[in-house]
Amino acid sequence: MAALRSSSRLLATASRSAFKPAVFTRSMATVGDATNNAEPKNSDASKMKKFQIYRWNPDQPTEKPKMQTYELDLNKTGPMVLDALVRIKNEIDPTLTFRRSCREGICGSCAMNINGTNTLACLCRIPTDTQDMKVYPLPHTYVVKDLVPDLTHFYKQYKSIKPYLQRDTPSPDGKEYRQTKEDRRKLDGLYECILCACCSTSCPSYWWNSEEYLGPAILLQSYRWIIDSRDERLSERKAALDNSMSLYRCHTILNCTRTCPKGLNPGLAIAEIKKEMSF
Amino acid sequence: MNVSRVGVRALQQGAKPNVFFSQNLPRAAMAAKATTTMQTRPASTNKISETDGHSLLAAQRRQRPISPHLQVYDPTQTWFGGSIWNRITGGAFSGGLYVFGAAYLAAPLFGWHIESASMAAAFGSLPLAVKGSLKFLMAWPFAFHGINSMRHLTWDTAKGFSKKSVMSGGYAILGASVVSALGMVLFL
Repeated sequence: MAALRSSSRLLATASRSAFKPAVFTRSMATVGDATNNAEPKNSDASKMKKFQIYRWNPDQPTEKPKMQTYELDLNKTGPMVLDALVRIKNEIDPTLTFRRSCREGICGSCAMNINGTNTLACLCRIPTDTQDMKVYPLPHTYVVKDLVPDLTHFYKQYKSIKPYLQRDTPSPDGKEYRQTKEDRRKLDGLYECILCACCSTSCPSYWWNSEEYLGPAILLQSYRWIIDSRDERLSERKAALDNSMSLYRCHTILNCTRTCPKGLNPGLAIAEIKKEMSF
Repeated sequence: MNVSRVGVRALQQGAKPNVFFSQNLPRAAMAAKATTTMQTRPASTNKISETDGHSLLAAQRRQRPISPHLQVYDPTQTWFGGSIWNRITGGAFSGGLYVFGAAYLAAPLFGWHIESASMAAAFGSLPLAVKGSLKFLMAWPFAFHGINSMRHLTWDTAKGFSKKSVMSGGYAILGASVVSALGMVLFL
């Protein structure tokens, strides 16, 4: 099957080049050149970078967490931090543990603290400077292993805000709940959240009060249901937030807005909830 | 589909004895064969009750470390962020007010002279550099807290949250507070 596909590709490129002047010809995959040389001969060809990665093994729980350094040649590594992590796991140390799935910033699995800020490893380019790169799990979370944080409480908090449409009146046509384009537009910048927990674990308020304070990610989701014109539980949703801890531990530090790898604005969503609560 | 196949197979086997597998093999031979090909598992498991399992899990979870936070997070957002300094300056001023108020009440008892006239006289006798730096030490927190509080009031109206203004606004407020503090030092 693979052979078939590659031969058809070859055919395709051949037929394409027949019509096009061969100014810039490039075959489909050029991995071979990089992987054939096991080690670069001269130092100019290699671009070594050190990665310091947080390690903790639950099988040796008495051992303290430590930073382990790995060195990779960036010329043979993909551009993103996740590529580097995958390569370390494949080629250097198979015990390195991290979550990953989609490698394109839509699943939120590979959220971690990279060089001091939370982001998705798959969306974060490896800086080409010579400084060591530091990778930690999401800050102030219980560590399951290495870069894997325990997000159980985070998901429980998400469940607690009832993240689904609640209404009693049936739709007029019995088919779907319609809303105007303006009402739909209010959900832009909210529905894109993938719950990677980057923002919540960047928030010092959430570090100190994560038991009770919901944190930016969950509050952004909360606002997504508060502002939805089709939802009919606005007063209940607001009443659930009307205490000193759930919402008002937000002191507009705004690390959430700065860190969001999807470019959303949890800080703004929380401010909108506060406004909604007071008027 | 599978069921029908199994049926067909049984029929075929019934019609023609299988030379590769006969059910008439002695049981002992079968058992011997089974022991030679027995799987070995590297890990042994033993069943425990649900409560024991929960307590084991709890014991394991108690040993989990908490991942590093303040010590690894970008210091420009934590240690040098506007939020924490708003708190520090506000706390210093309100704390200072309480301390000075209590001291003023207690002053006659202990014979301290902290009324305005004697404080002004004591301040006036200090060298110029010390005077200036003391004034700056008072003026900067005042200016910073005042300007940054304006920003918080704007934020309460859900304005000024764009990523760009969050970043640049912090530096702008820091600059403005230093400039106005210097102004207060020089001209007040």
